[in-house]
Amino acid sequence: MATDTAATTEVSAAEEGVRRRDWIHIAALGTAGVGGASVLIPLISQMAPSQDVLAASTTDVDVSAIAEGQAIKAVFRKQPLFVRRLTKAEIDEANKVDVGSLRDPQTLAERTKEGHPDLLVTMGVCTHLGCVPLGAAEGESRGDFGGYFCPCHGSHYDTAARIRKGPAPKNLMVPDYEFTSDTVIRVG
Amino acid sequence: MSFAWAKQYEPQTALTKWLDEKLPLPRLVYNAVGAGYPVPRNLNYMWNFGVLAGFFLVVQIVTGVVLAMHYAANGLVAFATVEHIMRDVNYGWMLRYAHANGASFFFIVIYMHIFRGFFYSSYKAPREMIWLLGVVIFLLMMATAFMGYVLPWGQMSFWGAQVITGLFGAIPLIGEPIQVWILGGYAPDNAALNRFFSLHFLLPFVIAGVVILHIWALHIPGSSNPTGVEVKQESDTVPFHPYYTAKDGFGLGVVLILFTSLVFFAPNVLGHPDNYIEANPLSTPAHIVPEWYFWPFYAILRAFTGDLTIPFTGITLIPAKLLGVIAMFGSILLWFILPWLDKSPVRSGHYRPLFRKFFWFGLIPAMAVLFYCGGAPAEQPYVLISQIATAYYFLHFLVILPIISQIEVPKPLPFSITEAVLGKDKAAEAPRAGSVGGGDTGTAPEGSLQPAE
Repeated sequence: MATDTAATTEVSAAEEGVRRRDWIHIAALGTAGVGGASVLIPLISQMAPSQDVLAASTTDVDVSAIAEGQAIKAVFRKQPLFVRRLTKAEIDEANKVDVGSLRDPQTLAERTKEGHPDLLVTMGVCTHLGCVPLGAAEGESRGDFGGYFCPCHGSHYDTAARIRKGPAPKNLMVPDYEFTSDTVIRVG
Repeated sequence: MSFAWAKQYEPQTALTKWLDEKLPLPRLVYNAVGAGYPVPRNLNYMWNFGVLAGFFLVVQIVTGVVLAMHYAANGLVAFATVEHIMRDVNYGWMLRYAHANGASFFFIVIYMHIFRGFFYSSYKAPREMIWLLGVVIFLLMMATAFMGYVLPWGQMSFWGAQVITGLFGAIPLIGEPIQVWILGGYAPDNAALNRFFSLHFLLPFVIAGVVILHIWALHIPGSSNPTGVEVKQESDTVPFHPYYTAKDGFGLGVVLILFTSLVFFAPNVLGHPDNYIEANPLSTPAHIVPEWYFWPFYAILRAFTGDLTIPFTGITLIPAKLLGVIAMFGSILLWFILPWLDKSPVRSGHYRPLFRKFFWFGLIPAMAVLFYCGGAPAEQPYVLISQIATAYYFLHFLVILPIISQIEVPKPLPFSITEAVLGKDKAAEAPRAGSVGGGDTGTAPEGSLQPAE
């Protein structure tokens, strides 16, 4: 075996140190490397949401019964979803604010759907560390700006659910949703 | 570490030098499976299965830990969570099929490994401890595999748990309390399922620990080889890396082709359809058998159909149920005393003509028959056939092996591994080998020269 190797080396030494055996090394290690790396695909992918979790990723909400000034809590992806029918006063208050002065500048119109300026759909998840803010249920504190108030670390959201005071970095997230009819929205 | 000429690890970079002083992990690897471990140069492919067994242990632990992220050991939902893994979890089907068939492949390679040991007498001094630890690993594997098979909570799972824990019920006096204690109830239920899951998760790591001891014990005398002649000189060995890393890598490639063929194209051929029916404590499937790897031992269990009695008195000494259990456990525990049953100084079956006949025409057919009968229904003629094979199995180890080792005239052994490999055709090269070993190569008769493969 040793003599074979030596002979091979001598023959191919002329080809600038490239040996025929290099091909076997590269092919074998390359195949093993690609094979080993591809094993990681199922091992990593299995931790991503499974099909039954993804199947629960749209939620239909009937918004017809929400009275002006009232909010309901629904569930979207196992997280609370706030749907609020704003009053005229609340809309005016939201529009009065100088958008440029906000931490996360957005107008109310950008946060609602065209033709439904009074329907504010947001996640009920504080953008600070994920607590559920108060204000969606009757009698709860709505904070200094009349929207939502997160009791965990004191974030205040205004009537358009925009962050106004406290540690949260972003406005309450508006999820993707669409009106499937005049009275029903499909979230997700 | 075992031979004076073993290459020494020499750290090259500043980092490896620093690491070698603080925690010589690269040195450990180098000496265990690297260029620092001299291995007989004549190992054949039967010596691949130790590495392959280690590989499948890793496969089982990796896929098992992942499956445990999605499985719930609760009698109400266990069966459903397995279906959830199969249908909903990303690549869950692949992971579960790899785990189920990985168990089968673990046993395939371990049986090859064990029978390599039988044929080449790997259990003989100075390697008894390696063998004993190997038997411990095998017993742990059987326990782990059994408990793993219970977890899907199908019909075979449930009735397997019932039957196997019933084995403990055969112990006189304390048997039934022990069975109830093991199950945590009067039949397999949530308590049993939970403890089996816990132990099924734990035992593979215990196996890994014993595997480390197994390899540690191996590295003291070094690997055996197909001639059974111990390593004498440097020319008898080659470094583990790259010679056997390459050979094991090739063997691994072949086995992986077979493994993936099964996982992707025939994942259920080794399983039982009944296990896709949820556990039902009120109905036993018509034909219950364990997984294929337990069949030979299951056949031994079922071969005992009559009580052991004192003739003509009607006094039962040992009931049939207990006899079967003793025989089944005994058939493996027997391996613990194997190094002291086979006293022949010659290790390799190649040089033992009589032993070789009884191996190929006695032990192997008996195991094959037991394997077949273990998977067959418990009716004639299978019962009678398994009784004959069981009798031979015990005779082979307890009577035939000790007698053979006394009366057999072994064939002459080669002087050294080098001589066995290079053969008489290379006799002209003898001075080269002899210059290393001391010049006494070639004292063995020419007729003993035999290629290793």
